[in-house]
Amino acid sequence: MSETETMAVYCGGITKSYGTGEARVQALRGIDLEVHPGELLMLVGPSGCGKTTLISVIAGILDQDDGECVLFGQDLKQLSHNQRVVYRGRNIGFVFQAFNLIPTLSAAENVAIPLLINGMPMDKAISRAFECLRDVGLEGRENALPSQLSGGQQQRVAIARALVHNPRLVVCDEPTSALDHETGRRVMDVIKNLAVNSDRSLVIVTHDARIFDFADRIAHMDDGRIEKVERNN
Amino acid sequence: MFRIALKMLFGDRGKYLGIITGIALASILMIQQPGILISIFTTMYSSITDIGLPDIWVMDPKVQYIDDSKPLLDTQLYRVRGVKGVEWAVPLYKGSQRVRMDNGETVNCSMLGLDDASLIGGPAIMIQGKLSDLHQPDAVIVDETGAKGRLARPSVTPGGKSTPLQIGDSLEINEKRAVVVGIARATKTFQSQPIIYTTYTRAKNFALSERKLLSYILVKAKADESPQTVARRITKETGMAARTADEFKSMSLWYIIENTSIITNFGFVVLVGFIVGAAVTGQIFYNFTLDNLRYFGVFKAMGATDRMLRWMILLQALLVGGVGFGIGAGLVATFAAATKDSSDLTLKLNWQLLTGSGLAVLLIVLLAALISVRKVLKLEPAEVFK
Repeated sequence: MSETETMAVYCGGITKSYGTGEARVQALRGIDLEVHPGELLMLVGPSGCGKTTLISVIAGILDQDDGECVLFGQDLKQLSHNQRVVYRGRNIGFVFQAFNLIPTLSAAENVAIPLLINGMPMDKAISRAFECLRDVGLEGRENALPSQLSGGQQQRVAIARALVHNPRLVVCDEPTSALDHETGRRVMDVIKNLAVNSDRSLVIVTHDARIFDFADRIAHMDDGRIEKVERNN
Repeated sequence: MFRIALKMLFGDRGKYLGIITGIALASILMIQQPGILISIFTTMYSSITDIGLPDIWVMDPKVQYIDDSKPLLDTQLYRVRGVKGVEWAVPLYKGSQRVRMDNGETVNCSMLGLDDASLIGGPAIMIQGKLSDLHQPDAVIVDETGAKGRLARPSVTPGGKSTPLQIGDSLEINEKRAVVVGIARATKTFQSQPIIYTTYTRAKNFALSERKLLSYILVKAKADESPQTVARRITKETGMAARTADEFKSMSLWYIIENTSIITNFGFVVLVGFIVGAAVTGQIFYNFTLDNLRYFGVFKAMGATDRMLRWMILLQALLVGGVGFGIGAGLVATFAAATKDSSDLTLKLNWQLLTGSGLAVLLIVLLAALISVRKVLKLEPAEVFK
């Protein structure tokens, strides 16, 4: 078994640019990165350094210009558009900075969405969503609309939604930036305790230094490059 | 995911109601105006429809539509009866007579003089009395709308309620007395005049000043002959125009279409309804999609296929189309039902009209969905991280 096949994520020489001509912006300039199974890796760096672009490539929602991105032994570029969409639906969970919960759906319905996308019947999906919401400490709030929940509760709903279908990789974009310090740490506790296990890896984009201690490794980015990767003790 | 799509739609109540209202208004315009047009067309040949028994109408070759009757000599009836394939042929007088009311006012009425013996051409539905009562002296039958409307007895007090004509009431037609022996149901005529039925002989008395009074000869073809064949034979042998009932209806209809701008005017309103409906619905539906674009992006990122997203948007569009059309058609149908007994021009709905307008609404919502689907499919899922 090759090294890339044992990795959760293997990125080799990834480049990505936006625009053309004089407006061309080089967002990624040859990224080499590995994420190990069961690892929580944080991507940190100043705004505009390419963190979000890299996480988008890793999550398979953005095509790199060059280089190789392999998830659990699967090179995403080898997949057709539809195959990649299906692969993403089964293997990747998302947590967004702005939560991105559908305002007209209840917490349980929001959580059930990845299962519904994967073809699970509504009643089973809702039942599983209830379990996940209980796991993130939201028992009794399953039928609440997002507007009836606090910021921390909404992010916990988003975490439940990212985990409900047991993805092998969870990508989080600034999961605590919209939360106060205490709430942010509680949310990270939930992520660390529920999301990370030997079969699942997490990649978190953040510039919130208050949560760096939750990471197993921290990759520092600047100007489209990984400056250094340090292990957290 | 379809339930999710519907919940997203219902959740944005303002836009949902806006789209429904837009489609309902478009539906109303696209159903109501053609409904009136159908009603006008129906009245154009109502006499032909109401007189259902004969297969063939024989007339002067110059006749262009049902109300354009040109009198024939009574002897023409015997010539027609002599044509091979004719089972029977009876005379019909169709003309306009003035009825003098108790208060001195006169009302123009359409008079139908039926064959004295058979009374063929009489009303199919009698509300009061019997058709055979026309054999009584001075007898006439009046249509229900006329009896309740223009021929109703005026109140003796100014502004008072008029009294509908009843059996036993008398009328003065061309200074001759007529007695109402029945009230019948008849399709309204294009001129919306009251209809008076009487016998052919009595009709000649009421219209004494006219020399030739035979308007049409109503013919039944023998069972083993097709009406078209017999009609062609009558034309060939008598020189008169003989047309099947359907041909005569069609001819009457085309006369109006060709000699008025009715289709253009009604068609313009229908077109406006379609354009307004498409613009309003398309705009609001597109805005609804734009408002939810971020969430469609989330679905895409989470693995929703293009096909799934297409169906979600299509379902939303079809649902608002169905509900909006249902409300619009329902309102028009309610209005049509409420005014069906009115003496004025009423709405007529038929399955062809509802199918046509339904298809137009379907086209509107499909266009709206198409624009929205394009936007969603072009959306990069990576946008959700921005």
